[in-house]
Amino acid sequence: MSDEGRTAPPSGPWGAMDCEESIHSLYHYLDGELTEDRRRELEAHLDMCAPCVEKYEFEAELRRVIADRCKDRVPEELRRRVANAIDHERLKNKS
Amino acid sequence: MADQERFVDDAMAYMPSLYTAAMRMTRNPSDAEDLVQETYLKAFRAYGGFQEGTNLKAWLYRILTNTFINTYRAKKRRPEEADVEDVEDLYLYHRLVGYGGSDPGRSAEDEVLSHFTDEAVKSAIESLPETFRMTVLLADVEGFSYKEIAEIMDVPVGTVMSRLHRGRGALQKALHDFGLERGFVEAQPL
Repeated sequence: MSDEGRTAPPSGPWGAMDCEESIHSLYHYLDGELTEDRRRELEAHLDMCAPCVEKYEFEAELRRVIADRCKDRVPEELRRRVANAIDHERLKNKS
Repeated sequence: MADQERFVDDAMAYMPSLYTAAMRMTRNPSDAEDLVQETYLKAFRAYGGFQEGTNLKAWLYRILTNTFINTYRAKKRRPEEADVEDVEDLYLYHRLVGYGGSDPGRSAEDEVLSHFTDEAVKSAIESLPETFRMTVLLADVEGFSYKEIAEIMDVPVGTVMSRLHRGRGALQKALHDFGLERGFVEAQPL
């Protein structure tokens, strides 16, 4: 079961944001899409809340794994094909 | 206005990421190569109208996306099912917490992540319906902003956010299912 909302109270030494809001903001934060104020509030919460930090670190690591492991090497043949197609198009334009 | 003579210098550097996207979208090398070639040709022809100083990578992705939709999707007899099951936030995390890893030097969750091979990640992404797949690729692999994705896919930012939320959930579920199948993740009561 989810344990968001149990660790930090809505306000107090953990800042203005509670765990539920923190988790709700997780992807917007990792996407760099939070406003400056919201980001500061969240970071104040994370400074005090180890369980949320653990979740953030997991999601950030998962994001790195996904980005790193879904790359494909461009076949040399494709580079040649594209270069040839563009050359061909250029010649067509000139004639 | 961009100079067509500079197209090769400016645009070819993006081929690895365009090819990766094309592979995930078409799911086979031959169609992916055709899609990339078609994208570059269309981009070359239209390059005179490209506004220099704006986002060339996003512009190329927009052409790739439209070409994919118009060419490859049209080939299919039946449209792909366009929805995904809603799963809770942190789907994977909640299923891996407390998982008994064997390496005491690192967290159990991180150890499980190291088992996700290229094959696992690629097939999990490819299992998503097209619109979710493209949105997740653009955000999580290519790092485009919500606004850029909205422009590339020609949908409102709110649609991008909802597709990302649901697409990421479905991706986590697909990765978890892969782990269960391969036996490096154990089913555990939540």
